[in-house]
Amino acid sequence: MIWIKKKSFTEKVKRSLYGYKGKILYVDLSSGRLKTGSFDEDFAKAYIGGTGFGIKTLIDNQAPGIDPFDPANPLIYAVGAVSGTMVPCAASKFGVFAKSPESHLLGESYSTGRFGAELKHAGYDIVVIKGKAPKPVYLWIDDESVQMMDASHLWGKTTWETEEIIRNDLGDQLIRVSAIGQGGENLVKTACLINDHFRAAGRTGMGAIAGSKNLKAVAVRGTQDVVVAKPEELQDLCRDLYEQAKGPATSKYRGLGTAANVLTLNAQAALPTRNYQSATFEGAETVSGEYLNEHFVTKIAGCTSCPCRCEHIAEVPEGVFKGAIARVEYEPTMAFGPYCGVDRLDAVIKAIEYCNLYGVDAIGTGIIVGFGMECYEKGLITKEDTGGVELEFGNGEAMVEMVKKIALREDIGDLLAEGVKVASEKIGQGSAHFAMHIKGVEVTGYELRGLKTCALGYAVSRRGADHQRHGSYGWDLGGKVDRYSVDKERGKLVMGDEDTYCIFDSIILCKFTRRLWDFDLIAKIYTLVTGIPMTGEEMRLAGERMSNLARLYNIREGLTRKDDTLPPRIMKDPIPRGVAKGSYVHPEELDTLLDGYYEARGWTKEGVPTKAKIEELGLGEYAEIAEKEEP
Amino acid sequence: MVKHEFVTVIPDKCVGCRICEYVCSLQKDNVFNPTRSRIRVVRIYPTTNASLTCRLCEDAPCVIACPRKALTQSEETGVILVDDDLCNGCGWCFEACDFGAITLDPDKKVVRICDLCSDREAGPACVEWCPEEALELTTKDILSQKARIDSIQRLIKAAAAAEAT
Repeated sequence: MIWIKKKSFTEKVKRSLYGYKGKILYVDLSSGRLKTGSFDEDFAKAYIGGTGFGIKTLIDNQAPGIDPFDPANPLIYAVGAVSGTMVPCAASKFGVFAKSPESHLLGESYSTGRFGAELKHAGYDIVVIKGKAPKPVYLWIDDESVQMMDASHLWGKTTWETEEIIRNDLGDQLIRVSAIGQGGENLVKTACLINDHFRAAGRTGMGAIAGSKNLKAVAVRGTQDVVVAKPEELQDLCRDLYEQAKGPATSKYRGLGTAANVLTLNAQAALPTRNYQSATFEGAETVSGEYLNEHFVTKIAGCTSCPCRCEHIAEVPEGVFKGAIARVEYEPTMAFGPYCGVDRLDAVIKAIEYCNLYGVDAIGTGIIVGFGMECYEKGLITKEDTGGVELEFGNGEAMVEMVKKIALREDIGDLLAEGVKVASEKIGQGSAHFAMHIKGVEVTGYELRGLKTCALGYAVSRRGADHQRHGSYGWDLGGKVDRYSVDKERGKLVMGDEDTYCIFDSIILCKFTRRLWDFDLIAKIYTLVTGIPMTGEEMRLAGERMSNLARLYNIREGLTRKDDTLPPRIMKDPIPRGVAKGSYVHPEELDTLLDGYYEARGWTKEGVPTKAKIEELGLGEYAEIAEKEEP
Repeated sequence: MVKHEFVTVIPDKCVGCRICEYVCSLQKDNVFNPTRSRIRVVRIYPTTNASLTCRLCEDAPCVIACPRKALTQSEETGVILVDDDLCNGCGWCFEACDFGAITLDPDKKVVRICDLCSDREAGPACVEWCPEEALELTTKDILSQKARIDSIQRLIKAAAAAEAT
């Protein structure tokens, strides 16, 4: 039985924009009402796409202070400015935005594969989903036709099953599906949205938001043209970029893949191990990129318009996890390898597969399991709590079992599913000391005690603990600054990194090609695609605008300077061994870093954008958010 | 002997990036739209990727199937030619083609089939742009020749390995 609320948009949208479709789809799951809106060149030029579109749409469509699971919290999809074109490694990326159930601040996550391009070809740059469906539905976007379909037969199914069934039900194997698994249905705080099997809009719990709306999936099929302003010149520029994209600038990703980081970070004592108890892992060899490629990788595939191809797909050939398949990157390898003290890749691959199927973020869930292991080690939780699972560091089978329990909220998995912040508050007994999160979002794979520029990036990251908003580990690991000390100048570095990545995440470019691009080149390709004149400096300014808008949103939702912090372990326990032995971030060092960053940003000492900065960036309509913070 | 060259894929090399689809639609229609492309990628999870286009069947079933004789096959190149005036988009050729190599022009509502980029000096755009060099312009004769050489080389290798032990 299909419950259909069908609306065809027969009115032809006048295409005055190149590249963009200029169209926003608004969906109200409560009433079943659909409508479209549009945006113009001024909006496009100010906010570009992806990140910019997402943050702007969220701040304008979400009432301040609501609970993330309130049906009024909008779940927003936004594609990039060059989605659906041949710009290398940029065709299919998209962002998902909402108020995060983990941080209660800005939630944003990005994915790629084939879904983003399809959404652009279907005719939409932005999709805004509000409300809560009375029973499980999926959104079916078929060019102009948009329907809400009954998903009661999909509820309880994995993400892969969901995609297969939707394709068979609708009779089209080219439908792209972004779906939640049982994790999202169960409102697991690290729940994510999986598309194209191996791709995830992973972080900040966006899958839980979909689950709270009874939204099982978004399915899309697009057959429209994407028309660019200067197709011939674009093609000529891409010819050169494709060559570069296959060259030394991307060799790591095309070779071993990001998993190459395991051994390089281990050597630098920058590899989070056993819930951040140390920064080196004695078992690193057998969970390294080298070992992965030699024993498990069966294919390297690519996203739409990608000349690099980096998708290392690994299969387990034998043993208790035989048949497990997953795309294996550094971060999930870290989270289920060293972070849990596990030195066998078959368990890592199985754990990642479970994360894909159940729809939970591999990084966050691995960090949660590692936290659980330390609690178990210290006797704060018992075998009775874990339902019989011996949750010890190094026990790969226990780790895999716990991923499932978290996704299905079984036994202690129910508490752990709330994230390490809430779990440690409940468990108490000093566990908050080693609950590794920032703003409620679990940490990722760079040991911050010995990477102090990076530590600043994490502390101020707008979506919580994150390396992807800045990439500032580059300064520390590359030896361009002293990784063990701080100064106020680091703030300028992190600011530059953040604003650059805002643009990357708006165009949306794959960060694996970051060495190919600078603001001038990005502006050039933006103009070739959209026809909108843009200089490198205007691009940089747009990035700064997005960083500030995100800050204002977070402040509106309750952020203060004390939220820009680091987990207690990072600020108290020195790294025990390795080249970074003895290093940790002193609270005074954090203060220095924050002061320097706020100054560079033109914010007050409390981290609030000043009136001058707000005006400079054309964000005057949001000035009252900053005014409320004035003493 | 007339050699009919066509575009074929080496599946082991194909990564499913779909750049062939984008450059084809750009070359032919000046827009980005995979559904306009005459070469289409198939991805079957977890690890199979391959693209398919017209294989210039020697006794083309699409030509036979067309009820209005809108399709003819060039003697010289083997390429399937479409008479836009006769084609009415009925779609019988779609069903006749074993490879799904026929597509419909969404503006003119007539069928489109790979013509090896006859209007392009450097030849097929997809072959030139494939970043994995997974596409080649070749003949059936050359393909079988490669298979013969490949299989004998493997036999020699296996024999040498057996002798060594």
